[in-house]
Amino acid sequence: MNDMTAPNQDLAEKPAENPAPKLTIKDFTSDQEVRWCPGCGDYAILKCMQRTLPELGATRENTVFVSGIGCSSRFPYYMDTYGFHTIHGRAPAVATGVKLANPELDVWLITGDGDGLSIGGNHLMHVLRRDVDMNILLFNNKIYGLTKGQYSPTSDPGTKAPSTPQGSIDPTLNPIAFALGSGARFAARTVDTALKHMPGVFTRAHGFKGASFVEILQNCIVYNDATWADVTSKSVAADKQLLLENGQPMIFGAERNKGIRFNAKTFALEVITIGEDGITEDDVLVHDETNLQLARMLAELGGEPHEPMAMGVLYAEPAEITYADAVNAQVDEYKGKRSLRDMIYSGQTWEVS
Amino acid sequence: MASEIQVLESAVVRFAGDSGDGMQLTGSQFTSSTALEGSDLATFPDFPAEIRAPVGTTFGVSAFQINFGSRSIKTVGDQPDVLVAMNPAALKTNLGNLRAGGLLVLDSGAFTKRNLQKAGYDDNPIGTPMLDDYQVVDLDISKLTLEAVKEFGLGNKEALRCKNMWTLGLVLWMFSRKRQPVIDWLNKKFARKADIAGSNIAALNAGHAFGETAELSAHFKRYQIGANKTDPGLYRTVTGSQALSWGIAAGGELAGLKIVLGSYPITPASPILHTLSGMKEMGVVTFQAEDEIAAICAAIGASFAGSLGVTSSSGPGIALKMEAMGLAISTELPLVVINSQRGGPSTGLPTKTEQSDLYQAIYGRNGDAPLPVIATRSPGDCFEVAIEACRLAVKYMTPVMLLTDGFIANAAEPWKLPDLDALEPFKIEFAGTPEEGDSFNPFKRDEATLARNWGIPGVVGTEHRIGGIEKSYDTGHISYDPANHQKMTDTRFAKIDGIANDIPLQTVEQGEENGTLAVVGWGSTFGPISEAVKAARADGLSVSHIHIKYLNPFPRNLGELLEGFDKVLVPEMNAGQLKTVLRDKFLIDAKPLNQVSGLPFKIVDVLSAIRAELSA
Repeated sequence: MNDMTAPNQDLAEKPAENPAPKLTIKDFTSDQEVRWCPGCGDYAILKCMQRTLPELGATRENTVFVSGIGCSSRFPYYMDTYGFHTIHGRAPAVATGVKLANPELDVWLITGDGDGLSIGGNHLMHVLRRDVDMNILLFNNKIYGLTKGQYSPTSDPGTKAPSTPQGSIDPTLNPIAFALGSGARFAARTVDTALKHMPGVFTRAHGFKGASFVEILQNCIVYNDATWADVTSKSVAADKQLLLENGQPMIFGAERNKGIRFNAKTFALEVITIGEDGITEDDVLVHDETNLQLARMLAELGGEPHEPMAMGVLYAEPAEITYADAVNAQVDEYKGKRSLRDMIYSGQTWEVS
Repeated sequence: MASEIQVLESAVVRFAGDSGDGMQLTGSQFTSSTALEGSDLATFPDFPAEIRAPVGTTFGVSAFQINFGSRSIKTVGDQPDVLVAMNPAALKTNLGNLRAGGLLVLDSGAFTKRNLQKAGYDDNPIGTPMLDDYQVVDLDISKLTLEAVKEFGLGNKEALRCKNMWTLGLVLWMFSRKRQPVIDWLNKKFARKADIAGSNIAALNAGHAFGETAELSAHFKRYQIGANKTDPGLYRTVTGSQALSWGIAAGGELAGLKIVLGSYPITPASPILHTLSGMKEMGVVTFQAEDEIAAICAAIGASFAGSLGVTSSSGPGIALKMEAMGLAISTELPLVVINSQRGGPSTGLPTKTEQSDLYQAIYGRNGDAPLPVIATRSPGDCFEVAIEACRLAVKYMTPVMLLTDGFIANAAEPWKLPDLDALEPFKIEFAGTPEEGDSFNPFKRDEATLARNWGIPGVVGTEHRIGGIEKSYDTGHISYDPANHQKMTDTRFAKIDGIANDIPLQTVEQGEENGTLAVVGWGSTFGPISEAVKAARADGLSVSHIHIKYLNPFPRNLGELLEGFDKVLVPEMNAGQLKTVLRDKFLIDAKPLNQVSGLPFKIVDVLSAIRAELSA
């Protein structure tokens, strides 16, 4: 499952011990009417998820979607799996409890830029730090949609919104930089409209043992339309997106002649053009998704107008054991070695006759 | 020269010293030794919020009080009969409470000019008329300790740390208690530090020998306090935090569920987190979360996935958990919320006791959000109450608030060990895979309890989505229908109110079931109220004691019971919360007796309120 091209593999390749009838997109679609605004980027993400899960061999009964509050957090209602629509910002904590109770469950956490990075920033930080085995999808539309358009922690400075009529003042938070800073061992980025790219990212996130963090650039058609257009629109996508592949040179551009190079003097990544000033493909960095320092620099890439944003898996370096497994392993090591009665009856006791 | 031994029915001893003097340890070791002789007892560790306040200051004084006797002991005692003061600050802050004529043991070696100044004494009070009302035994315990441990070659500072053991030795001698349990404990605790164990034991023996051989004041008698003839059985001492943790583990076993505790450190609730963290042998999972909210949310997530989620905290932390409690109420998931109450509001008095979170428990949360509330009355009682909280949570699919307090959490008392095999299991069954053609409705209710179906992830066919948005009564799907919200709100209340049919009727602890005055209490005021009512009844007064364990819903006969009395007095360590709830529920003229000093009630204060009420 670690291959970006994996999602379309034939289900017949699935292990023989799981000969369940083939599930389809229908099996993962609940009977609830979807209530996002027409044209919302969330629709595409939902469809992609419903389509990808059968390909991953996921079962409905072992899949749990946990969400907080916000437009994206309605997601679990539309999946015919187990789902828990919790309270604002706290989904990572609830999901951690789900995994502590039953580490075998396949948990997906759905959050947004407000839910995950503002009110729930603390919990997101700690679920990543602990490396609780779940897939975290952060729908980043750079705005509060459900509360009607206030600016969010990822809004561009100067965003004019009901609460910031003169433009927002706060600097922007970079979700992937936040995740890596919190100790995430898997970080990836994709786009709501990238119907071919997104399933591969979901597949990688799902296959990763540990907390997999995925930022999805998502469009809010009502309150922040086209906020990602300078990265995602068809006319600029090739020049503004660097599609990462592990072990492959970081080449991008409509003409596939641009690349990323590490400049030791500025200690930064820079955009180079192959064929100019004697630059060849050998000068281009090769992606190593186990390199944390590289991932940190890739996370920040795209801040300048001529830079692309890194898409795909920026970082993937699994730990030996994930949090809930380790917690339960400690319990299992001691379990049954002493009964409650032994504990209560131990120590200094005396008999009254 | 051996002193005469006087037999007493009970005695109150208070050890007071600097935070670094080891008074809590001295007290708890005296408690162990006393308990092993079979006396009944109650203890009160009374310590400052600061871990180590500056040495010698009044705010750095730490005290431990024990009331023990050959009769039933229900309180820590209004006034100490014996006060041990290890420095001037301890004398200053504790003398006022010593019974007139009581015994005062002082370490005169600590009454230095500097320490006297720090305590705010201009002159040394030893030998002055200030102490004339007491029998004073002033000994240079510091010097005597240094001599006793000389052979171990410790530094002066280390050697002086044995002072508390010297003092304990003396007090053990005074009350004819055995040293061996303390010696065993020291050997175990300092198994790898032979010189520390040896010096402490030497100090303990020296203090004891001093009592045996020294010619103390003529008033300095030895006392004998025998065993309390109580229920036969095997006993141990237990603190509220221990009994509560064990009760939670027992509740999990009786329900057949894994316990997942989500908690965040807070005084005075942390010992529950610590105790349950040491219970992995029983399959208990503990999670020290990043904050109070995450702690309860993880517990809720665990319950969603089929464990029994538990969270424990104190008032400020409980306030932070309120929104999540509403989620558990709305999604109807089992959850036990333990509140070890402390002085408030805000940070308040972290190490002092209060019972001022009753409103928060009953009325907290946004929206109409009822949940059952039950309270413990004493350390040993915590075991049963914790089991009951687990039972109600899983049977009714609801969060349950368990109220205890800082006093109960830290206090110790003898506890008759329960027969675990005799406890009634309350095994729950998760929803199973529906029949072909049927769909699963997570909000299908049990007709008797109104509890919903508990379907858990991992089970084929019970896939469902729940959340904090209002759900349709009929399907469990999101519903904004006005009539449905009314119905669901009514149902949530009916479910909790219905618990009244599943709990014991309210009984009267002491006295008749009707009469002139009912003294109504809840929580840790049980002891003082009980003793005060006993004294009043001994004087022939018409007074009964009613103690309420189930605070929401109330037992279904409570209103009728209270109507049988002309007057109702409600002593509480808050500004009158139960009093207000009783007035609201039953339209009765309940009168408050309030105290928020951070200390338990004194019997005498409750008694004079009873007299005042009866003569009014």
